[in-house]
Amino acid sequence: MQTASAKAHHVPLLAVEGLSIPLPAGLDRRFAVENLSCTLDAGEILCVVGESGSGKSMTANAIMGLLPGYLKPSAGRILFRGRDLLAMGEAELQRERGRSIAMVFQEPLSALNPLMKVGDQIAEVMEVHGEGNAAERERRVLALLDYVGLPDPASLRHAYPFRLSGGQRQRVMIAMALALEPAMLIADEPTTALDVTTQAQILDLIRRIQRAKGMGVMFVTHDFGVVADIADRVVVMERGLVVEQGGADDVLNRPQHAYTRRLIAAVPHRETHEARPGSEGELLLDVRGLRKTYRSGGGLFSKPRVVDAVKDVSFTVRRGETLGIVGESGSGKSTLGRCLLKLTDVDGGEVRFRGQDVVPLSAGAFRPMRRHMQMVFQDPFASLNPRQTIGRILTAGPVANGIPRAAAEAKARELLALVGLDVSAFDRYPHEFSGGQRQRVGIARALALEPELLIADESVSALDVSVQAQVLELLQELQRRLDLAIIFITHDLRVAAQICDRIAVMYRGEIVELGPPEQVFDAPRHAYTQRLIAAIPGLHWDPRAAVA
Amino acid sequence: MKTLDFLFQRLVKAVLVVIGVVILNFLLIHLAPGDPAAVLAGEAGAGDEKFIAQLRAQFGLDQPLHWQLWTYLKGVLSGDLGFSYRNQVPVSRLILDRLPATLLLTASAFVFSLALGIVLGVAAAYRRGSVADSVVMTGALVFYATPLFWVALMAVLVFSIHLDWLPPFDMETIGAGYTGWARAADIAEHLVLPTVTLGMFFTAIYTRLTRASMLEVMGLDFVKTARAKGVPKGRIVRRHVLRNAILPVFTFASVQAGQLVGGAVLTETVFAWPGIGRLMFDALMQRDYPVLLGVFLVTATVVVIVNLVTDLLYRIVDPRIEAAG
Amino acid sequence: MTFLRRFAHNYGALVGLAILLVVVAVAILAPVFFPSSPWESAGVPLLGPLEDPQFPLGTDMLGRDIAAGLAYGARVSLLIGVVSTAVAVVIGVSIGALAGFHGGRIDDLLMRFTEFFQTIPALAMAIVLVAIFNPSIVSITLAIAVVSWPPVARLVRGEFLSLRSREFVQAAIVVGQTGPRIMLTQILPNAVSPIIVTASLMVATAILTESSLSFLGLGDRNMMSWGFMIGAARTMLREAWWMSVFPGVAILLTVLAINLIGEGLNDALNPHLRGRRG
Repeated sequence: MQTASAKAHHVPLLAVEGLSIPLPAGLDRRFAVENLSCTLDAGEILCVVGESGSGKSMTANAIMGLLPGYLKPSAGRILFRGRDLLAMGEAELQRERGRSIAMVFQEPLSALNPLMKVGDQIAEVMEVHGEGNAAERERRVLALLDYVGLPDPASLRHAYPFRLSGGQRQRVMIAMALALEPAMLIADEPTTALDVTTQAQILDLIRRIQRAKGMGVMFVTHDFGVVADIADRVVVMERGLVVEQGGADDVLNRPQHAYTRRLIAAVPHRETHEARPGSEGELLLDVRGLRKTYRSGGGLFSKPRVVDAVKDVSFTVRRGETLGIVGESGSGKSTLGRCLLKLTDVDGGEVRFRGQDVVPLSAGAFRPMRRHMQMVFQDPFASLNPRQTIGRILTAGPVANGIPRAAAEAKARELLALVGLDVSAFDRYPHEFSGGQRQRVGIARALALEPELLIADESVSALDVSVQAQVLELLQELQRRLDLAIIFITHDLRVAAQICDRIAVMYRGEIVELGPPEQVFDAPRHAYTQRLIAAIPGLHWDPRAAVA
Repeated sequence: MKTLDFLFQRLVKAVLVVIGVVILNFLLIHLAPGDPAAVLAGEAGAGDEKFIAQLRAQFGLDQPLHWQLWTYLKGVLSGDLGFSYRNQVPVSRLILDRLPATLLLTASAFVFSLALGIVLGVAAAYRRGSVADSVVMTGALVFYATPLFWVALMAVLVFSIHLDWLPPFDMETIGAGYTGWARAADIAEHLVLPTVTLGMFFTAIYTRLTRASMLEVMGLDFVKTARAKGVPKGRIVRRHVLRNAILPVFTFASVQAGQLVGGAVLTETVFAWPGIGRLMFDALMQRDYPVLLGVFLVTATVVVIVNLVTDLLYRIVDPRIEAAG
Repeated sequence: MTFLRRFAHNYGALVGLAILLVVVAVAILAPVFFPSSPWESAGVPLLGPLEDPQFPLGTDMLGRDIAAGLAYGARVSLLIGVVSTAVAVVIGVSIGALAGFHGGRIDDLLMRFTEFFQTIPALAMAIVLVAIFNPSIVSITLAIAVVSWPPVARLVRGEFLSLRSREFVQAAIVVGQTGPRIMLTQILPNAVSPIIVTASLMVATAILTESSLSFLGLGDRNMMSWGFMIGAARTMLREAWWMSVFPGVAILLTVLAINLIGEGLNDALNPHLRGRRG
């Protein structure tokens, strides 16, 4: 197609012009993506950034022609090297997919066929595009696996996806995408499901490949830290609209649009604490040598698999203090939280709450003590019973602890106001609320019993960054008002740095480092902590300076 | 190592189930209204004082209960399933004579229904929403709701009585004296109606299951990956969807083995097929309890063996099992 | 509201509901339409359908009215179908809930027990049970219940197991609710939809099993049933096709209707399986 853009000196690799994708009737807005225009050149990384529901993933899928059947672009063009992808037939698109445009997805496990060896899945790209013979493809598969940094390609090639770690799977996905050296790579939140150290490696890999092959990369993400690390140019989306686009330096350090400024302001960052109440407060929780081991499998002819989820962990928490427990998946941080509340059996050690060891207590003997130690959960959608009203959810605890229903209900209404919700929420069901509002309900439920210790297990991880900032603020304010001790479990060092008085870093079941944020960040002693801190996305970018 | 553990565990489980059925039989004999000796003798033998006395001595019916259980268990596990007074032969003899016919019928019905069910289910899922899809799914719905024995009778009515295409009764033409291939052809001709009528109900189940499973797998992420790689639709279905979708159908089919045996009782009754299902029906008519309980034990054992074999096969087919096990 | 609307949008389910209502009405009104016993000889033996307007569906070899048999047979089918399913659901929910909630050894033990009952061929076991305890409406109902609870137990166990680890249940433990209370107020209400769907489909299977038993001569001697009618017609296949065709159609329609309703319930109770969010 000879169009105006083709006559110009320079044809961009990808030019999206006025793309609109209508949503089915009956939803809260008409378009998933509305009048979107952007370009991508060969040799650059374009980050499309936005919160959930902004239409950023939809855009990526539309370019690939992978939208679900009920969504069809109603206007606009997607020009790839000057040719409109939306006007192409399925057969023609099939030739382009995998050969000139490749895609990497968010969940590497579900994105790979569980019953096909990874080498075969990579070879298939070349096979369906008629590239080489079987022997040549096999050589190429091994070369690709080696190129993306996977160990021992010859044997890994025969592995099934479930045998690989999350990072390895994503490397396989990338190898698959690179098989035919496409001109453009679309990466849809490719590091969101990964741990932070793995994320850093994969980001590194994508940047390295992009430079070496001169590819154009469209990188979809919700994380401004990631944007700061890899973007050449940035597109910011809100509710289906592009609100700002430009060079990475401009958007990150001199954001123009109010929404961009709000997002950047909400990026978690280190707070400089002045006064620390930590050392003065009364000692509330004293954990000594806590151990928890998981056993699985095993039989007459084989040994059981033994995993030390928590080994020999000791720490203290004082009233009014926030202790952060930071670690990657599998570090044992969540198991630790569950051990403290006796949601799982403990294999050894002591958990002294106000001097009394709760580990030997039976479930019945511990139940009356539960009201002093409460928990705020991770998933705002799974943590509220969908069949109960908010009022019922908030009063369940007090009623179970012998408080008359009327008093519990009055208290519940007070709590709704305290966490910033309307009192009318009392008679409504969880599905009527947004993620952030539900998390407020979860906090109110924990507070209904007037606890002294609050354990927050990844309580803001499932929330968008702007909502996350509000919930963190609420937690801090409640802590000041009620003189709560908080154990804040998170995978995100930036969040921990923002609100914690002390940070414990967990690695393979052990606390490898424990200290105030300044020490952990600026002078990390343990090698793992050093790795963890080096892997924080956007480490060298200061979001506060951008919106100051 | 892990495979050994698995094999051992599955074997132990299988043996326990069989022992469980033996104990269940024992309990039934004692819980039944009336004298346990009369149950052991069957209705025809209960009138014979000498036979009853012999049974009392053999099963130690005047001993304590746990001792009786031990005696019974020992007897059954050494192959003694009791004596059919009516037929004047050991029950094990009767069953062994009839077992091959039942295995032939159930095996052919199993293969027929699984093959046809998968083909129809895949076709319906591939052309989802088409006329062919509607026709197949309506047919499956109807056959899923039809009593097996009635389908069998209707088949006899239409194909044997009215059209006279296929023989309605027995396993081979009595007195024809065929040998070799002629005999095989004769048996095959007799096998058609029983196989199809027994198989249709299960075909309906597998068709519905296959279609649902295919549609579910088609919505998974790795299918999207395959599309992003430029793999054509036909190849996506063949290489990516089919295998993932069919595994659960096989699992279910194995669980259904017991149902198939139950269906064989009805089918054999209608078609006078000389298998253990027909034997069970005859025993029912004659209140020949030793035969009834013997058939029950043997069918359960056959199902246990089928389950064991499919579990082992499944382990070979699905690479993930080992990790989960 | 939305549940009813979704159900009403499903044509199959509505057709099923209509058929079932007719069957229920016939069963209730059987003594009104046919005041004399269906076992009594009412007319000339072996009358074909429509030969005599008094017997629109014909008579059997003893001159019994086929139509009367169908009407009274509906009572047995529905009664046994519903009662045996209710018993099976109670057994299955109790065992499944205990296994799924407690996990560990209790779970292992109860599930081995369930698997045992699931492995044994259901119809063969029902035959043995009814034969040994003599056929009666009680022994038939219990026998069907005994062979049909395992799938419910497995389903409920699976639901409880997955719901138990859900955060709202963890939250209930943390705020100090007791085990039985959590099972009843937090978990069970969230597991009810699949139980209802399974139970409705089980009624259909129970009716099929009952008809198989009475076809084999294991019906209650005092109650006319469809399976018995087909069993009696077996030897008359050549002479009187109507004796076996009509009762078979009755079973087919009833079971089909219940299956259609079950699928309608499934679609209406699990709407998220049909449409996806944008």
